[in-house]
Amino acid sequence: MKKLYSTIENWLDERYNLTPIKEFIEHKKVPQHRGSLWYYMGGITLFLFTIQVVTGILLLLYYKPGENSSYESVRYIMTQVKFGWLIRSIHSWSANLLVFFLFLHMFSVFFSGSYKKPRELTWVTGFLLLALILGFGFSGYLLPWDELSFFATKVGTEIVGVVPIIGESLKEVLRGGTDVTGATLSRFFGIHVAILPAIFAVLLVIHLLFVQKQGMHEPESFKALPEEEKKYIQFFPEFFLKDALFWLIVFNILLFLAVYFPWGLGLKADMLSAAPAGIKPEWYFMFMFQSLKYLPAHILFLEGELVGVLFFGFAGLAWMLFPFLGIKERKNTRIQPTTWLGILIVAFIIIMTVIGYLV
Amino acid sequence: MKKNNLNILLILFFLFGAFTAKAASDKKQNSAKNNCYSCHKQDDNLPDDFNKADVHFKLGITCADCHGGNINSDDEDVAMDEDNGFVGAPSKKETPAFCGKCHSNIIYMKQYNPSIETDQVKEYYTSVHGHQLKKGNEDVATCTDCHTAHSIIKPNDPRSTVYALNVPKTCDKCHGNTELMSKYNLSSTPYADFSKSVHGIALLKNKDTGAPGCNTCHGNHGATPPGASSITQICGTCHVNNMNYFKASKMGKKFDEFEDYHGCVECHSNHLIKHPTDDFVGVSKKSVCMDCHEKGEKGYKVAKEIHTQITTLDSILTFAKNKIKVVQAKNMDDVDINFLLKDAHQSLIKSRTLIHTFSSEKVGKETEKGMKIAKKAILMEDEAIHASYVRRNGFLIAILFITIIIIALYLRIKEMDKTKKAKKAKSSSE
Repeated sequence: MKKLYSTIENWLDERYNLTPIKEFIEHKKVPQHRGSLWYYMGGITLFLFTIQVVTGILLLLYYKPGENSSYESVRYIMTQVKFGWLIRSIHSWSANLLVFFLFLHMFSVFFSGSYKKPRELTWVTGFLLLALILGFGFSGYLLPWDELSFFATKVGTEIVGVVPIIGESLKEVLRGGTDVTGATLSRFFGIHVAILPAIFAVLLVIHLLFVQKQGMHEPESFKALPEEEKKYIQFFPEFFLKDALFWLIVFNILLFLAVYFPWGLGLKADMLSAAPAGIKPEWYFMFMFQSLKYLPAHILFLEGELVGVLFFGFAGLAWMLFPFLGIKERKNTRIQPTTWLGILIVAFIIIMTVIGYLV
Repeated sequence: MKKNNLNILLILFFLFGAFTAKAASDKKQNSAKNNCYSCHKQDDNLPDDFNKADVHFKLGITCADCHGGNINSDDEDVAMDEDNGFVGAPSKKETPAFCGKCHSNIIYMKQYNPSIETDQVKEYYTSVHGHQLKKGNEDVATCTDCHTAHSIIKPNDPRSTVYALNVPKTCDKCHGNTELMSKYNLSSTPYADFSKSVHGIALLKNKDTGAPGCNTCHGNHGATPPGASSITQICGTCHVNNMNYFKASKMGKKFDEFEDYHGCVECHSNHLIKHPTDDFVGVSKKSVCMDCHEKGEKGYKVAKEIHTQITTLDSILTFAKNKIKVVQAKNMDDVDINFLLKDAHQSLIKSRTLIHTFSSEKVGKETEKGMKIAKKAILMEDEAIHASYVRRNGFLIAILFITIIIIALYLRIKEMDKTKKAKKAKSSSE
């Protein structure tokens, strides 16, 4: 086995000069400290995205987009295709876990201050990747064309119409018409399998290049240590093996969820029927949905919903540009204002999500 | 924004149209040529039941067209002079002919509705009401009792007293009058009974205009209680299979022989027709078979057999329908199972209809067929549930295997860390 490995290595080295890559891998180090666990969150997110791509391609072999074929093809995948039920269930569960770990990764980066100079653009590309993942989630949700997905899309796209001036046009572009129809389904399918993956791939490469180029962020407490007290592990094989360990744990959890809590398929969407009572969006949109419900009909001269949408829009923009806002740290303060802000945001998201499901 | 403007324009257009139509109608009635209306309106003594929605009023048919007289004169003595053709309000006995002046004149009626019937008066005199009226009995209903005199609205208009949903209440005005009905030894509870019946609930509660009302079984202008021999035929207008099975059965032929047996009514009642349950047939206290049959008779035996056949199929089907929920909860394929359940349910419906053959052999054949299908469905359900457990157990092995790999990898990493620490300790001591 070792001989075979060296033969292949030499063959490739002769043609492509693997020396720089080998040196990079051999010398790349990862800091070891109390917060090292959070270094693995990005890798887990990437792993789950890879699962999405693989299971998505497998689903694509049987899925047929269209008002009269989407639902039936998903049903066919779940009932007739060998292990189709498993692939579909993994794809659905993995999407949810992906968003969860993405949030975990984002907030761990925020609380550790890893977004600060020189990693501002890593943060910005990361935020854009988050937006794309939410886009994946929103577009993919419609594809089974069942009752829940149809009405959730109807409600979600309706909110877009609230944006002043361009809102209605944007809504029509998104829906492919005035209402959610087969045209919306075709559009969302194209967005989900072609447009978003293409943009995501480019941004992901840029994001990973930034991470590899600049290395892992070292917390201030670690930087302050004398050189001989700083602990590092080799990227390969130590960090890589630990990463693999976490990936396996996550994969096992995913498999367990997919097998023991298989993702269902509701009734086929009926455009003429009323929305089922208590229709809710997916959990990662819930906090925004629930917040909009609490806004009054009007705030000053503006519609309440518009204020909510604008607020979240500007909040997102501010979040993306956070590294550039220049919020200075306060000396002799145990918990920095930015940390309090982060805690407030996380608490808001969790509380509004829980309320959304309890109410 | 554009959509809102269009909506406003449409609303304004319709309001204008309605206003113009009303004004035109009023103009005709208010014109100098229709002094009857204007004088009576001025004196505030229009008939109590006067309604501008009345079909005659809206068509511009004037008071004089029915009551005679001179509408051009505003002098009461001239306008209501008998020499000018004034006839006034007709008596009860005169009412059918009064309305029939126009409504039996096909040439006249064609100008308003080419397909309207013009035999209402003729039909009326074939009814019980018509017969009694001819004898001089004024306790009966005439045209105005059902249609009103001055607020006659087309039957297909929900405001009409003879609109499908309103017919039972209209009939109840007289047939619910206990004092009136007792004079003729008639029940005054048809409406009360009907409203509790399966037909009444469909019509009055669920607003299903396809459900039968009084006129469906009794007729409109020729209203007559169905004769004993024609009850089955009347019920069979809708319940075709039940009628055919019944007529071809031994029971049906026996019913034809005895005048005292009123077909479907014997078991199902006339106005208070309740939704039949499986206990209707059988040998229990709830069954109607025991009204006539006793233990030991052939009828008793057949009733018991039929009841057992139907209830057995129903139980198995209910079991299968409950089990499919388990299949669905496990997200297993239920499409083919659902088709089978639909077929089994169809067999149950057919079996219940076949009760009217009063043949346990015929009912049994259908219930056997239904049970076979239901049992096949249950088998498929068991297979689906079993498959879901196989999946779980199969993948549990995979999960356990991966867990072992995780533990092995963890131990390997720990070992690597130990080795590294030992190397570091050794090099620092050196």
